[in-house]
Amino acid sequence: MENNDIIKLENRVYKRPALLNEAHMHYCPGCSHGVVHKLVAEVIEELGLQERAIGVSPVGCAVFAYNYIDIDWLEAAHGRATAMATATKRLMPDKLVFTYQGDGDFAAIGTCESIHSCNRGESIAIIFINNAIYGMTGGQMAPTTLLGQKTATCPYGRCADLNGYPLSITPLLAQLDGTRYVTRQSVHTPANVRKTKAAIKKAFLNSMEGKGTSVVEVVSTCNTGWKLTPEKANKWMEENMFAKYPLGDLKDVDAKNE
Amino acid sequence: MNDKVLLMKGNEALAMAAIRYGADGYFGYPITPQSEVLEKLEEEMPWETTGMVVLQAESEVAAINMVYAGASCGKAVFTSTSSPGFSLMQEGMSYMCASEVPALVINVMRGGPGLGTIHPSQADYFQACKGGGHGDYHPIVLAPASVQEMADFVALGWDLAFKYRAVSLILADGLVGQMMEKVILPEQRPRRTEEEIRKQCPWAVMGRKDMRPKNIITSLELDDDKMEANNHRFQATYREIEKNEVRFELVDTDDCDYLIVAFGSMARIAMKTMEMAREEGIKVGLVRPITLWPFPVQPIAEIGKRVKGILVPELAAGQLIEDVKLAVECKVPVAHFDRLGGNVPSPDEILNALKKELINA
Amino acid sequence: MAKIRGAVTVNTERCKGCNLCVVACPCDVLALMQKEVNDRGYHFAYMANPDKCIGCQSCALVCPDACIEVYRVVEK
Repeated sequence: MENNDIIKLENRVYKRPALLNEAHMHYCPGCSHGVVHKLVAEVIEELGLQERAIGVSPVGCAVFAYNYIDIDWLEAAHGRATAMATATKRLMPDKLVFTYQGDGDFAAIGTCESIHSCNRGESIAIIFINNAIYGMTGGQMAPTTLLGQKTATCPYGRCADLNGYPLSITPLLAQLDGTRYVTRQSVHTPANVRKTKAAIKKAFLNSMEGKGTSVVEVVSTCNTGWKLTPEKANKWMEENMFAKYPLGDLKDVDAKNE
Repeated sequence: MNDKVLLMKGNEALAMAAIRYGADGYFGYPITPQSEVLEKLEEEMPWETTGMVVLQAESEVAAINMVYAGASCGKAVFTSTSSPGFSLMQEGMSYMCASEVPALVINVMRGGPGLGTIHPSQADYFQACKGGGHGDYHPIVLAPASVQEMADFVALGWDLAFKYRAVSLILADGLVGQMMEKVILPEQRPRRTEEEIRKQCPWAVMGRKDMRPKNIITSLELDDDKMEANNHRFQATYREIEKNEVRFELVDTDDCDYLIVAFGSMARIAMKTMEMAREEGIKVGLVRPITLWPFPVQPIAEIGKRVKGILVPELAAGQLIEDVKLAVECKVPVAHFDRLGGNVPSPDEILNALKKELINA
Repeated sequence: MAKIRGAVTVNTERCKGCNLCVVACPCDVLALMQKEVNDRGYHFAYMANPDKCIGCQSCALVCPDACIEVYRVVEK
């Protein structure tokens, strides 16, 4: 059988989600953001929420998420995405409302809004990309930068005395009464991509069902910021990031009830 | 016809007027001297009646960004605060103006700078009228001088905000917010339905119903030419507002030899000053700017041509006076009088200042 | 015995040559073009060993630019 016999519409088992439009994404080659964007688009399509989805994009590399996924979007000031999502969901409870934020946005400048939105149990989904660096501004230290990790603003490696410790915020959020589902995933292997997609789907369903806050942390790479190839960045993540940010569900209220 | 006369605080009247306007949501953080707005809303429980959302946010920063989101969804949303909180809200003010979303913000001013005092002040005039955040922008600034105006300016503020896709700011002070006066509240209006909002605000972020083209509310534009065009569009709107929406009150200006320009609580005190002056044979008139931005340049310039001097009493160390001097192009003496730090002058203090600075100068 | 045959298409103009699909492929089907680049200057991915493809979607799943579509047939 020739390739041309296989490549027919009726044989297609994987296609780009229609909501992810033709625009070239500005992300660097190999960036995890692209994978997560794709998953967000796929889940919205599979749940049939195209007409009811509202995303809140952050300040950071994902600021232009609104250019790539064809739903309605709000673009928040730095760190304020969950505050915006709070109001949006409260004013329109029948909508799917989610934020898409990086580590600087969610866990540094937006920490106050992040914690309080989760603590109030706002029925929003939070997608939190943790790549331990500020990508958009050129590779500065993030709240989640690992000890010893070199960035533009800790060029000799993060040192606890000078720079404080890396912040693992997701376990804090899991302790709050308002969170329904808190998980930490990655997208560096096909199996992990599938798990992250399932997590995003659960988070979006929780939002639609008004069940409280869902947080999907995606431990990600920033190969440009880390100055590694995409492949080596994945390896570095496995060897270094997962020790501080281990993968898995941190809280799933519904699982306990089952 | 609703003509029931009630007695309540300015802050409470404002809260009640908002519910009756058909507001969709309030997001705020307690700060003296405006906490009665949130307290009244929580007490009234409008979510049970009109479906309005009321939320005590974790900070003024969060509150203004909640308002930013609600406004981006085409909803009638508002927040209220006092001076230190308003400083925290400048980020959101700038973003909302840059995104051209219609919102209502209330600043019940207290004395500053810093934590300052909880008593009345007008020292946020520059911050309110000149754009306290970054970039070239203006909110429409309304200055109530009575409890009735605290109630009435809610509807006016929102109507202007939706007309121009602008931010309306009610700039009150601790005196107007805290004093009790009689007030007639507006009739209850129904909240707009989602369909009505989609029609009135086709740009609103409400989800792509019927798969209409997506709506994005953002203040970001990295293409310099496009961002310049955005700025030109904002400025064109501001020129329209300046042309159409200047509001002011004139009192006894037909025959006056001296003019007082004052707003808010100071205008009320100055009214008594005028009375006292006229009893002594000194003909004093008053221009009370109701919109501080756009500023009533034209009436002040006109009246300025035929008076011997202008006194600008403020609860600020010389802010309003700059706009008055610009209006008359310094062709007539313009004198300043202030009380600061939460102090409020008596009418005779203002009269003495008028005599000292302009009549006997 | 039924044999599973797969094939992928790569949107070569979207591809940024990150190589993650090449690494993810369990059957060594994919490679980056060594001497050819797209309009943006990237060495895009292509099926170097098409006969080995089983249509498992691993490449498409990890592709950050959503430029891979996967087709699959069961040969009787």
